[in-house]
Amino acid sequence: MSDERALIEAENLSKAYGGMPVLRGLCFQVRRGEFVALLGANGSGKSTLLRLLSGLSKPTAGAVRVGGWEMPGEAMAVRAQIGLVAHQPLLYENLTARENLHFFGKLYGIEREERERRTVDLLHSVGLRRRADSLVRTFSRGMKQRLSIARASLHQPDVLLLDEPYSGLDQASIERLDEMLAAGLGAGRTIIMSTHQLERVPRSAGRALVLSRGRISFDDAIGNRDMSEIYRSASA
Amino acid sequence: MKTPFINCAAAIISKDLRAEFRARELVSVMALFALLSILVFSFALELDRQAREEAVSGVLWVTLIFASLLGFNRSMAQERDQGNLDALLLAPVSRAAIFVGKLLGNFIFTLIVGLAMLPLMTALYGLALLDGWIILTTALGTFGFATIGTLLATMTVQTRAREALLPIALLPIALPFLLTAVRATKSLLSGAPAAEWQGSLGMLAAITVIYLVLSLLLYEYVLEE
Repeated sequence: MSDERALIEAENLSKAYGGMPVLRGLCFQVRRGEFVALLGANGSGKSTLLRLLSGLSKPTAGAVRVGGWEMPGEAMAVRAQIGLVAHQPLLYENLTARENLHFFGKLYGIEREERERRTVDLLHSVGLRRRADSLVRTFSRGMKQRLSIARASLHQPDVLLLDEPYSGLDQASIERLDEMLAAGLGAGRTIIMSTHQLERVPRSAGRALVLSRGRISFDDAIGNRDMSEIYRSASA
Repeated sequence: MKTPFINCAAAIISKDLRAEFRARELVSVMALFALLSILVFSFALELDRQAREEAVSGVLWVTLIFASLLGFNRSMAQERDQGNLDALLLAPVSRAAIFVGKLLGNFIFTLIVGLAMLPLMTALYGLALLDGWIILTTALGTFGFATIGTLLATMTVQTRAREALLPIALLPIALPFLLTAVRATKSLLSGAPAAEWQGSLGMLAAITVIYLVLSLLLYEYVLEE
């Protein structure tokens, strides 16, 4: 359930790499507790937008605010509120699943006992409890992706940013991820999930934001609308 | 909320040591390079005692510096390749803490190789390298070199030609440091008056402090896009 306060605000947000514009003057707001599906073709700027929202990239022009804090200048204040599942798993291959989560727990200042508890809970919820003490380098792509989701959720962020999280997941893992996202949404978490696979947009997503050539071509509630129709009209 | 500096740095050191203990990707490569380099110099420089005294400090430091270049590159590549640098940057931690964590990891790995080189060189070159002051000089020099090496490796690891770029960027900057370390070691080996090598050691410590302060100030800008 979303409330009316804007948690994320983008104002004329632009990003260019080497003079090549990737995002052009995006303006949008995301309310607390919303689940936004970020859609667009490959190269439309979805990953770049998520990097800007997470504070990993600086905008070329415009501003982005999370929880009222301006990024990237006040990024330190919002880092603890953001969890990112990126293209790469952001995990250490020569550590076990448990050690990875403990390491990131320490970086987020989670106390030892709480870290232990959350690690066990998350490994259970992503179906990796039995592989908790296996090295990540022995994991399949799907298992790494599941552990990456656990890493991003470990510090219980207000905002979860997911960049193509379904890639490499089998059907059981997809269902598990959908359940996790629904649970996160139930707990009041704000979720922005990018995908170019329309059939992967979960039912719990309430709003679609379509990027086309670096601009927002559609931004509205999904409701009962057909995703393919939204995407076709937005990309036309 | 920012995670305390010391906790973050300690977590990174502990993670690097644990990962290296498992993979042995850094120390083994550095040690193997150092071993081969020492052997090659030993065969190539069939010198009398005085000439060996002249050459051995150069062999020690050139070998240690090239071995550490391999280590710094690999250490940062491990962060870069799986996108882990992004994961570190996402956390509410000071960039200086990330630097100190990586620096101390690199220092420990390089120091292990440096300390292993001393008895080997003592045996091969017949000079008393296992001396307390030489060990201290090696530790200080290794720390200073790890400081500037960690900073520059973080910069070059984000480029395509990182393997080639790190020595090109690092060696000119580290040259005064290298010359001072060689001079200090040479003075110690030749039994020069204390004032001579103490001056070089003091200079080594001063350059290390300058490298450290500059690196702490610049690391945030190096890490940000």
